[in-house]
Amino acid sequence: MTRSEFLTKYSFMAAAIMSAAVPLAIFIFMALLGYPILTSGRLLGTLLGAWDPIHQSYGILPMIIGTFILAILAVAAAFPVCLGCAALVSDAAPGPVGRFLHAVVRMMTGIPTVVYGFVGIFLLVPVIREAFGGGSGFSLLTAALMLALLVSPTMILLFCDSFGRVAHTYRQAAAALGATTAQLFFFVVLPQARNGILAGVLLGLGRALGDTMIALMLAGNAVAFPDHVFDSARTLTAHIALIIAADFDSPEFRTLFLCGLTLYVLTTLLVLFVRLTMRLQGKRP
Amino acid sequence: MLHNSLKMFVIMFFSIPLLFFASMPVTHADPLAAFEGMKGEIKISGGTAHIPVMKAAAKAIMSANPEVRISIAGGGSGVGIKQVGEGLVDIGNSGRQPTEGEVSKYGLKMFKWAIDGVAVVVHPQNGVKALTESQLKEIFSGKISNWKLLGGPDKAINLYTRDAASGTREVFWQKALGKGEILDKANVVVSNGAMKAAISNDPYGIGYVSVGHIDDSVSAVALDGVAPTMESVLSGDYPVARGLFSNTKGDPGPLTQSFLDFLFSPAGQAIVRDSGFIPVK
Repeated sequence: MTRSEFLTKYSFMAAAIMSAAVPLAIFIFMALLGYPILTSGRLLGTLLGAWDPIHQSYGILPMIIGTFILAILAVAAAFPVCLGCAALVSDAAPGPVGRFLHAVVRMMTGIPTVVYGFVGIFLLVPVIREAFGGGSGFSLLTAALMLALLVSPTMILLFCDSFGRVAHTYRQAAAALGATTAQLFFFVVLPQARNGILAGVLLGLGRALGDTMIALMLAGNAVAFPDHVFDSARTLTAHIALIIAADFDSPEFRTLFLCGLTLYVLTTLLVLFVRLTMRLQGKRP
Repeated sequence: MLHNSLKMFVIMFFSIPLLFFASMPVTHADPLAAFEGMKGEIKISGGTAHIPVMKAAAKAIMSANPEVRISIAGGGSGVGIKQVGEGLVDIGNSGRQPTEGEVSKYGLKMFKWAIDGVAVVVHPQNGVKALTESQLKEIFSGKISNWKLLGGPDKAINLYTRDAASGTREVFWQKALGKGEILDKANVVVSNGAMKAAISNDPYGIGYVSVGHIDDSVSAVALDGVAPTMESVLSGDYPVARGLFSNTKGDPGPLTQSFLDFLFSPAGQAIVRDSGFIPVK
């Protein structure tokens, strides 16, 4: 091994070790700081209680529920649109139209979420308030619609990828049998790309779970349990952003590490699940 | 003849700005002269009610001396106190007096340069212009949940409140609500500016902002017959008021001290007055 090869190998290895160590260090940091709560016997009360600081109740269950409802709603709203868009790009209109759409979607991945939040406040919030009277317009639905826009590029690009990986011979065989584009898509491409679609949905869900700005700006941030999608609600991420400014020694502040741990564990589980489905698809004949 | 009047015009044209500039140092000489020869950065964060005054003061100082850079961030009173205490910023603003615990823990020095009221605000088209204190308590605790009960349209009341770090919330909760309950269904916004944006966009919303932030986009509500104005806050008739503080960790450095001196100077206090707050001098 030459000197430069040696240097290259070890500098890359150092980079790899660093990037693996940082998330692990974050996890250890949060676990250490959350340790007082984890062992105090108030863990269940904090995980499953309501947030009512005046009565010394610091439960984060409303935020966990808000996070889940919001992420699932967003992905559910985005899914059909993303599937259609990916189908258009990869099968229905593979020419200049498809290429143009693909470029637009790639550009959308770079839009900062605060822009979506800002646009949502002035365009979507009044519409939701007037169309579904009663609420203030700051609601789970408002945030979910904007969040759907945020996660759709991730989903579309992954869908396109998995459609593109469907074997060319399958398409040719279907075409030889006289299948229309729709038949080809629904009976050949979709079943073959099933795991890729699942991976796209899960990654979209991960992005929706982790986003802060849109929920903070549009979901209303009420600490009550949401009764329906027109209710104001708070996510774990928005909760952290709102409480981080509280006094270091306050019990509010200590529960933040539990919020962080919960988010960390949830997203890790999601990523593991994605890995698993990706591997399964790779092994398919 | 024509030549003469042209010459006259040219002289006047150039002398007017000259006169203007010549007169500038006379009126502003004292507070801004302190910055002469200084350079460096002043980092400010915390209370969002303070921001209009901070911006105007920073603009005056930085245009007089471009070597001085002043950065202003929000975050809320809690953030301001915490960040200045941890040494992250030079000045931490708070819309409430720092607690004894905070002062002793961080060794804070407080500078109170204005008095500010906290006003209940509604959308300009809202017909409700006056409330009693007990009505306000019932609105924020959720007992009154429809504008109809207050003489308005048959629409649900949308409550807006502030986050845990807000000094505005602290003062409103203590002095307007008597530490009463705030309904957990209330929307939470993160700054005085965001509160104003939310209320000005929601015809059925009610919230509270610093009096200095009130403009045409929201309408202030009289409390027990007293409208929240500079006069009523100053006279003490309007009870929901607080001091605006700038805090430093220990004694401020020379640059930060000059900034604080500017806030207390006639020019600084004029900015305070123009921003809708009550000067302390």
